[in-house]
Amino acid sequence: MSASPPGGVAARFVGQRVPRKEDRRLLVGRGLYVDDVVLAGMLEAAFVRSPHARARIKSLDLEAARALPGVRAVYTAADFAHFGLDLFNSFAGRGSGPTVRTLADGHVRYVGDPVAIVVADNRYIAEDGAGLVMVDYEAEDPVVTIAQARDGAPVHDGYTDNVGVAAATPDDPEIAAIFASAKHVVTGTIRHQRQAHVSMETRGIVVAPHGEGELTLHLSCQSPHMAARYVSLLFDLPETSVKVLSKDVGGAFGLKIQPWREEVAAIAASLKLRRPVKWIEDRLENLTSASQAREQEITIKLALDAEGLLLAADLDYACNVGCYPHSNDCNTFAMMLFTGAYRVPKLAYRAVSYYSNTVGQAAYRGPWAMESLARETMMDVAARQIGIDPLVLRERNLMTAADQPYAMPSGMVVHGVTPCETLELALAKVDVPAFRAEQARGRAEGRYLGLGVAVYVEPTTMAMGGPFSTDSAHVRLDPSGKVSVVVSTHSQGHGTQTTMAQIAADQLGVDVADVTVLEDDSSRGGFGPGAGGSRQAVSGGGAVSHASRILADKVKAIAAHMHNANPADIRIEGGQISVAGVAEVSTTVQAIAEAAYFTLDRLPPGMEPGMEAQYRYRPPPIVFSNAAHACVCEVSAETGVVKILRWIASEDCGVMINPAIVEGQIAGGVVQGIGGVLLEEIAYDAYGNPTAVTFKDYMIPTIHDVPEIEYCHIITPSDSEGGFKGVGEGGAIIAPPTMVNAIADALAPFGARCLDLPLTPTKILELIEAGEKG
Amino acid sequence: MSQHSIEVTVNGEAVRAEVEARRTLGDFLRIDAGRTGLHLGCEHGVCGACTVMVDGLAVRSCLMLAVQANGRDVVTVEGLAHADGTLHPAQQAMKDEYGLQCGFCTPGIVMTLAALTADGARPTEAALRDALSGHLCRCTGYQGILRAARRLAQGTAA
Repeated sequence: MSASPPGGVAARFVGQRVPRKEDRRLLVGRGLYVDDVVLAGMLEAAFVRSPHARARIKSLDLEAARALPGVRAVYTAADFAHFGLDLFNSFAGRGSGPTVRTLADGHVRYVGDPVAIVVADNRYIAEDGAGLVMVDYEAEDPVVTIAQARDGAPVHDGYTDNVGVAAATPDDPEIAAIFASAKHVVTGTIRHQRQAHVSMETRGIVVAPHGEGELTLHLSCQSPHMAARYVSLLFDLPETSVKVLSKDVGGAFGLKIQPWREEVAAIAASLKLRRPVKWIEDRLENLTSASQAREQEITIKLALDAEGLLLAADLDYACNVGCYPHSNDCNTFAMMLFTGAYRVPKLAYRAVSYYSNTVGQAAYRGPWAMESLARETMMDVAARQIGIDPLVLRERNLMTAADQPYAMPSGMVVHGVTPCETLELALAKVDVPAFRAEQARGRAEGRYLGLGVAVYVEPTTMAMGGPFSTDSAHVRLDPSGKVSVVVSTHSQGHGTQTTMAQIAADQLGVDVADVTVLEDDSSRGGFGPGAGGSRQAVSGGGAVSHASRILADKVKAIAAHMHNANPADIRIEGGQISVAGVAEVSTTVQAIAEAAYFTLDRLPPGMEPGMEAQYRYRPPPIVFSNAAHACVCEVSAETGVVKILRWIASEDCGVMINPAIVEGQIAGGVVQGIGGVLLEEIAYDAYGNPTAVTFKDYMIPTIHDVPEIEYCHIITPSDSEGGFKGVGEGGAIIAPPTMVNAIADALAPFGARCLDLPLTPTKILELIEAGEKG
Repeated sequence: MSQHSIEVTVNGEAVRAEVEARRTLGDFLRIDAGRTGLHLGCEHGVCGACTVMVDGLAVRSCLMLAVQANGRDVVTVEGLAHADGTLHPAQQAMKDEYGLQCGFCTPGIVMTLAALTADGARPTEAALRDALSGHLCRCTGYQGILRAARRLAQGTAA
């Protein structure tokens, strides 16, 4: 293992399966999630939500609700008008797109659209109050689907159509010529259904009009700093006047990247009432009103030569971003990344996002994942059409080490990735010849086994500009010899309190048990964007590594001064300090730290006392990680049920800080991806009513639905500090095409094309029946 | 809404409260008894995060009313570890096997594992897996949870 931190320090903790520091308190019930926060005088909120996908509010009657004992306020859009709130539809700041109010103003535009907020002594009474609010609606025909959005009445006032954003490559006659003369042209249309993020903890906030700037927010979020910035910009307050606390967060996956309408309504209510207000989303609200994801269609056209070499790709993409998307874009990034790990000379695309009378979309783990689903499933379709083994087709087109750095046709430059090597490892683990023999025997017996493979490269870190550009670490060695690291990362289960401690411990030569990582308070430490873009290991890790090294150098300088040694000869290990070649010198990090605070005359002349260091790290703009996954499944031709028999994840995320945490990230992503292929669907009926509103209808994978994942790791250090690469989203990106390809391989005897997700048993039986009819 | 006077033994301590008939056991334990270790993930009996033990059986506290727990013995995740801090074998197995990430679903899973292995019971891995199919986890892909269950089934948990 080449897990060698910079600065010539021996890795003792980086690369090890260090037990998670977070686990003990979470296992004994001493986590602190937002709903665990209770403040004196705190009220609780519930929302009145629209039962119509599209309607005009004719009148509102709030009297009965306001008269209910225990109800302290009922607010509608008019009550918040003086705040002038127009929610930024981008965590990075004000972007384009429709005006987003906290509460519906005159019109409702999706089922679940919040119309009023009821604040009461407790949630039970708040819900009673919400039930007493009478709203008279005049229903209108909603725009629900992409097809309806294309020519339906505009969802938003002041718009002439429902186009959110459109982007396209310029017309290129060369690409037309390639398609005209290519030996093979392969086409297909892939549809990905809408999904919900489903963090097990829903959204929630406790607003306290308290503290220095009189606004303290306990918030379930992805970054306290980003949330504080968002709220301060929105309410036009100094950034330092908003303090966001977020200790434990029960998952987020993109949903909690910015506060949204309900959290902001709770803040507005609290500011008006001058009392603490809690809003905890319930699961019904979560599945009907929290931002959703995916719902995309893409038509792909591939040109290949006689040998199966890819010549060009042409994409037509559309997504339904709902009414108020978190960010107003058409997923251009998915188009740009389409060519993935393959050498493809030419790419053309046209992408459009459409507004509709459905819940707005948000980034969800691998927001551009459609590129991998589209590319990898079409590679298998192409292989079947041309009559080559899909694995051979991949091998012919994958970029090798010699091809790198490789400029994608979109202009993105890939380097330091190992697609060929990870694929080779995965296939060796599968034992493809043995599988093909078993598959043939199975088919003879009416058993349908399939092998699916998919390969991707993933741009992690995403520090190309804006809030994601940097991270900050403040490292402090106390007189006691214990280390505190205040870092701008934030965990919603990522385990950064462990991984960041491992990095600091290695640089400082102390035990990982002596390092405490703090990342839950926007008023402590410097700005950082937290979780998103698979960036924390690279960006946060780099900041912690560098700041810790500054401090280690100071420890060495003081020790050298005290013992008349050269700082270069000082060794720190396990909290002990030694001098190379001078056996009689022995001191401790604790002793040096104490001296730095208490006996200043022992320090080198002019040295700043104390043991504190900070560093703001700017990582490379994009750090590519990569993987190849393989799945073996069996599809029942009688029931349409898919059983996953094996899953191999062969990945390269550079230097692994903690392999157990890396594998945890991969597994979580893979299983979310499996859910997206087999089970999950947020569907709407013709009236725009959501039809999966509980966990009985919106089914996420259970322990019965998952394989035991086998891992292969290749470590190609990146050029970031520490050699890390991001790994948070990859599993979710690559699992869907891996699963789809396995099912398609199993159903190959029926000639089935599995391009319409989710592949529920019903849909699989339809594919089989269509194939049998031939 | 009618008020009821109840007394519930929670982790060995008597907790008395006046509750509305509609108050769930989950809300009673979190709000009235201050045991926030159990989490409410769906409040319709599917996700399992709110699981506690009532008279030794694993129960979803969102589907039981507080008044139904009157006079009963309830154990929450706070009541599992030994007073000296030693983790319960179910907790230790989950820790050793990286069975948690965000930790929100974890207390419920631990309670189900603890209930099924109470008094030296040694259910099979398949039985534990069946029981765990009543718990939703969105972070881990169940990999570590499955390994923890296997350890408990094999009797190799600490």
